[in-house]
Amino acid sequence: MSEDKKITKEQVKHLAWLARIKITDSEESKYAEEMGEILKYFRKLDEVDTEGVEPTHHVVDVVNVMREDEPEIKPAENILKIVPAKKDRFIKAPRIV
Amino acid sequence: MVETTELKVKIGLEVHCQLTNLKSKLFCSCSSDYRQSPPNTHVCPVCMGTPGSLPVLNRKAVEDAILIALALNMQISNKTIFYRKNYFYPDMPKNFQISQYDRAGGIPIAKNGSKKLEVEKIVHISRLQIEEDPGKISYEGTIETSKSAFVDYNRAGIALVEIVTEPDINSPKEARIFLQKIRSIMEHLGVSSGELEGSMRCDANISIQGGTRVEVKNISSFKEVERALNFEITRQKNLLRTGHRIGQETRHWDEARRVTISLRVKEEEEDYRYFPEADLVPLSISEEEIERQKNSMPELPEGHMQRLMTQYDISRQNAMTLIDNKALAEFFEESAVNYSHPDLLGNWIVGDLLSYLYEMDIELKDAKLMPRDLVKMLELIDDGTISGKIGKELLKEMLISGKSPDEIINQKEMRRISDSEYLNQLTEEIFSSNPQAVKDAIKDPKAVRFLIGQLMKKTGGKADPQLANNLVNEKLKTSKT
Repeated sequence: MSEDKKITKEQVKHLAWLARIKITDSEESKYAEEMGEILKYFRKLDEVDTEGVEPTHHVVDVVNVMREDEPEIKPAENILKIVPAKKDRFIKAPRIV
Repeated sequence: MVETTELKVKIGLEVHCQLTNLKSKLFCSCSSDYRQSPPNTHVCPVCMGTPGSLPVLNRKAVEDAILIALALNMQISNKTIFYRKNYFYPDMPKNFQISQYDRAGGIPIAKNGSKKLEVEKIVHISRLQIEEDPGKISYEGTIETSKSAFVDYNRAGIALVEIVTEPDINSPKEARIFLQKIRSIMEHLGVSSGELEGSMRCDANISIQGGTRVEVKNISSFKEVERALNFEITRQKNLLRTGHRIGQETRHWDEARRVTISLRVKEEEEDYRYFPEADLVPLSISEEEIERQKNSMPELPEGHMQRLMTQYDISRQNAMTLIDNKALAEFFEESAVNYSHPDLLGNWIVGDLLSYLYEMDIELKDAKLMPRDLVKMLELIDDGTISGKIGKELLKEMLISGKSPDEIINQKEMRRISDSEYLNQLTEEIFSSNPQAVKDAIKDPKAVRFLIGQLMKKTGGKADPQLANNLVNEKLKTSKT
């Protein structure tokens, strides 16, 4: 991997779209530079020899936390109270095609 | 011009089956019994993704998935991880779906299985994943004209397994057969009931030799699969024939219009930014657990088919059709207990009953038919009360009304007519109004069938056929002299 791999403005634009964030032209250049710096810093991790080391999927060394399949009646009204837009009992969202 | 008839079609399926035997959702204790409920009544902070809430895995979902993996001859992972699939779409309130992944370090619960289709053909299964179902979106009018999306999150977080196949399927018909087998396995395992609306759905990847892969989403029932695939293959072949290229895209099956439509360019796979779900710890599956599930494995379709053949002496073809729909096989067995000719019973169920259900587009559970009523109907045929032909009509009536055969027979006067005096009188009428046919019948014994046919017609098919035959022939003898 080349050390000076740059983040392009196009990549920043794409990321912003994926995150549904509006950014300006000047922000695109600014973030491209900053993200490049951040990635360069993270690249330090590549220097660690991980030969034979199991991937860490979770930082806590615990497995198999499960619950029994028992339904509970829970009032949904509190949740619906914080919903910004409703129609009858439906939650209104932008149409996305 | 491209010759398209010989082009090989490759289909891979992503099959989603809800684990309908679960009483609660995959990661929270909301009831999974949502189908009859008003919108957004089965929701809680976990499945609505409010800050601070934490998912906890449903133990039964894991047990189900192990059973499914075993039934599909898969390798079960000794350690499996949940991943976040990130996307912005209102069907998931969290803006991600908890799923599994086979790349970027992900390990699905099982890999590398296979299912043999009857036609000497194996469909390889690349992976099995546990994941949550998204919510359901509805629109005012059509998807294109609606101002907003209206979301019901009762389904969000319902436990699913996703079965991903290799592109080993070569026709829409094979796809249907494969899905029937999957449904039958799920029902035999008791983990998913295909009778419930929307419980089994699939996406399909289709490519035609030399073409690009097109994904068709939103095939909302197994019944729709053959139709959707046929449409898409014809569309692609037409493009190739007219010299166009097929671009990689995702299309949406529009069930009402029966066409696939192109969707706006969605995120590419890597754009889902899969990463390990830090709110869930890894799942470790021991050999003992797998052994325990193996021991609790119920009868599977193949075993069930063999048993039906030996226990009831029915044909392989009938047994195969019965096990494709577990409810139908159970109906057969419940009826067979009380009937002396299971082979005959099998023919009626696989033949007439199944085609009526298909015609009426209903599941057996929606039909108002009781095993004892079907048996009663067959006994009425056996003892000569009704003819086999009337039996067919009667069965249809029973399916629609749910009434007992006796009740319908009395109401509709379906009983076989064995009153020779009455039939004789009708025969006289037929002879006098068809002089030419009588003359023909005297010359040519084969032509007598027309006269017998007239008598059956006059009685609405209810005349005792043997008696009708005798009466017409006797009358003919006296007409000769």
